[in-house]
Amino acid sequence: MSTAEAPAEAVPDRGAPAVQLTGITKRFPGVVANSDVNLTVAAGEVHAICGENGAGKSTLMKILYGMQPPDEGTIAINGEEVKLRNPQDAIRVGIGMVHQHFMLADNLTVGENVFLGAEALHGIGRAARARLAELAERTGLHAEPDTLLEELGVADRQRVEIVKVLYRGAKIIILDEPTAVLVPQEVDALFATVREMKADGYTFLFISHKLDEVRAIADTVTVIRRGTTVGTADPKTITSRQLAEMMVGSELPSPETRESTVTDRAVLRLTGLTLGAEGSDRNALDDVTFTVRAGEVLGIAGVEGNGQTELVETIMGMRKPSGGTIELVDADDKARDLTKAGTLARREAGIGYIAEDRTRHSLLLTQPLWVNRILGYQTRRPVSKGQLLDIAGARADTERIVRDYDVRTPGIDVPAAALSGGNQQKLIVGRELSGDPVLLIASHPTRGVDVGAQALIWENIRQARAAGLAVLLVSADLDELIGLSDTIRVMLRGRLVSEADPATVTPQELGSAMTGAGEGDEE
Amino acid sequence: MTSWRTKLLPPLLAIVFAVLLSAIALIISGADPLQAYGTMIGQMFKGSTAVDTVNLATVYYLSGLAVAIGFQMNLFNIGVEGQYRFAAVIAAIAGGALKLPPVIHTLAILVVAVVAGMAYAAVPAILKVTRGVSEVISTIMLNAIVAGIIAFLINADQFGVQTGNNIGTRVIEPSGRIPGIPLGSGTLFGFVFIAAIIGAAYWFMLNRTRFGFELKASGESTTAAAAGGVNAKKMTLIAMLLSGGVAGMVAMPELLGRDYTYGITATQMYGFTGIAVALLGRNHPGGIALGALLWAFLDSSAVSLEQINVSKEIATIMQGIIVLSVVVAYEIVRRADLAAEQRRVGRALAANGRKGASVAEGGAV
Repeated sequence: MSTAEAPAEAVPDRGAPAVQLTGITKRFPGVVANSDVNLTVAAGEVHAICGENGAGKSTLMKILYGMQPPDEGTIAINGEEVKLRNPQDAIRVGIGMVHQHFMLADNLTVGENVFLGAEALHGIGRAARARLAELAERTGLHAEPDTLLEELGVADRQRVEIVKVLYRGAKIIILDEPTAVLVPQEVDALFATVREMKADGYTFLFISHKLDEVRAIADTVTVIRRGTTVGTADPKTITSRQLAEMMVGSELPSPETRESTVTDRAVLRLTGLTLGAEGSDRNALDDVTFTVRAGEVLGIAGVEGNGQTELVETIMGMRKPSGGTIELVDADDKARDLTKAGTLARREAGIGYIAEDRTRHSLLLTQPLWVNRILGYQTRRPVSKGQLLDIAGARADTERIVRDYDVRTPGIDVPAAALSGGNQQKLIVGRELSGDPVLLIASHPTRGVDVGAQALIWENIRQARAAGLAVLLVSADLDELIGLSDTIRVMLRGRLVSEADPATVTPQELGSAMTGAGEGDEE
Repeated sequence: MTSWRTKLLPPLLAIVFAVLLSAIALIISGADPLQAYGTMIGQMFKGSTAVDTVNLATVYYLSGLAVAIGFQMNLFNIGVEGQYRFAAVIAAIAGGALKLPPVIHTLAILVVAVVAGMAYAAVPAILKVTRGVSEVISTIMLNAIVAGIIAFLINADQFGVQTGNNIGTRVIEPSGRIPGIPLGSGTLFGFVFIAAIIGAAYWFMLNRTRFGFELKASGESTTAAAAGGVNAKKMTLIAMLLSGGVAGMVAMPELLGRDYTYGITATQMYGFTGIAVALLGRNHPGGIALGALLWAFLDSSAVSLEQINVSKEIATIMQGIIVLSVVVAYEIVRRADLAAEQRRVGRALAANGRKGASVAEGGAV
């Protein structure tokens, strides 16, 4: 096996490796487990872990952070074998984790967030504050310790997370998809910090889907596929494409839409849509007007929290607009006003909905897959006959989705929670493209999804678009937006501020439009 | 296999645990546990205890179902207590006043009971949907209020009739009663069959209808249900009304099968027992039936403990321990099952791995 030797040649001898995982195996009632994972991380390097979601990266990191015990295998930190039963054990040996979804309390200050649970170290008085100031300096956190966390932006919150981890004495830091929430400029700033800290002797485990970033920051990259390590490479010599091919084990897809299928028939027409925001005089949505035509993918770009979620939920009828209209135009060019319709009526009118948070909005996690097939379609064939459910129909149609959309599952009676993120999403995409929708609202359709599933989902969207489906695509992945969209609109503070042509725009240009830099956005 | 174990093992474990723990309580109080348990079981075969147990279980079953409907969507209808008592007094008054042919008279009383139960549940339902008032708070308050309503309604100045020391509603004519089935020295409520039908209807509603699906979906995840087009407010309203409707029938077995009048001495607390029974039965119609029987058995056989000078409160201790341990036992078995499932999937994956080619497919197009 090449796995065993590969790390040895990639990592020059610098004393005991910071982290050494040997033969880690973890079984789950899901589809992918870790089996015989070997990983060696040298002290003072940035070691990237790449792999499909569901390949077992997150499980591996949870094992390393003591959140789950491995079934087999050993963990050695700085050359010493350790047993990590819980995160406290991990912290004790100097491992810290910055989670993808921040574990911070919005209603506490920066200082309180950092000290919380670690009062035993330096108390909460002057010594603690001094230590905090020192770490803030080192990580480039400029917020005052007394600022409430809710006033901070995403990038600063992330730095608070990093400070929190350092404060607890971590020398080995796991960054779980740290760039997923950042715009390109913020990513660059984060990387600069990581490089400085690396020079100070910190070791980083960097988990990311974004291969260009891995290449930009990592000293070594280990690829995990189907639960096991498939190899280690030097990111300086390998291309993103080669790396991705290692991850999926087959030729890599690209999101480029080949030829335009845009027609001039409008499907969704928003006019002056406005949504008031609670506790703020600025509207969450302000005079949003656009049209999505049949065969068109309209991409909405924007930094998260600028109204995209509200836009999607207002179109789906989950929020009530304070002004404006939402119209769905049918094939005979007859407009139907949906502004007052309920969510079910909108779905019945032919709107498919891929929600941004699939576990909260798209799935019943403890229910089997076939029950999940019914959600949102409880009034329609083939899963329902009016007031009664058609269980045989639902099961048969779930089998079809599992087959056609390559959902990796032992069966349709498995609870949705047992599937990996990518497979859950494939199921959802299959469901939302059932029943001949006229409009698909896809909110971050490939977030947290592996490269293989991503390709499949992109291909499905592309095919549906070629068949005349109108698609409203909201995404934080700029490559996805540029690759799939026919038109891109940029959203900033609840308004559509600019338009971009995906054929010519670069991620950097989009990034500045999203942050309101560059262009003449007053206020 | 696994699912049967998940369903049956926890309550069995809980009962065994409760028996052991109560034995300790018995020993502390200076009694012989074996003798006490023997007396309780022996009591089942004496007189009409067995039939009484089933009769009481019928009442508990209805109450458990009423609570379970709310539980399905995380509505904690503590108000079954108030709803059934309100429905009982209204139905008893209506039944006593009506002069109708048999069957129709009975049906009319049942309809009045259901509507009254719904009406009393409508108050917390509407408060919750329009004002966001927690149903726990509002139903507890309505439980307290119902005592006053009953006292007022069965006052001789209103609809009450004084018979000896007791005051109650006018006695319902035989045309409105539900005949029982003589069994040994007791009489089995005819309502047992109606309760079974309601249980079956509950199962069907939950597993085969769109409404049941929406109910379960809202209970599992309000956000996913909303995105799936389920109107949460409508579901809350309907679930609460249904719960109240079933609660309205809780007192009917006794009213139409034994008492024929509702008085100030009528038994209370059935609504609270329903909460425990629904918990025991995990909201499953079959489970609730077993839970109701167990509870009724403990209640009706506890009296026999007095004969051997053991406090009958020991049965209450057992009931309490059973409910607590059921919750714990479900969690233990769930974890054991998860581990078993992990091993199973692990084996399945290992078998898959040998196919080799599947790795290359990689999920790409």
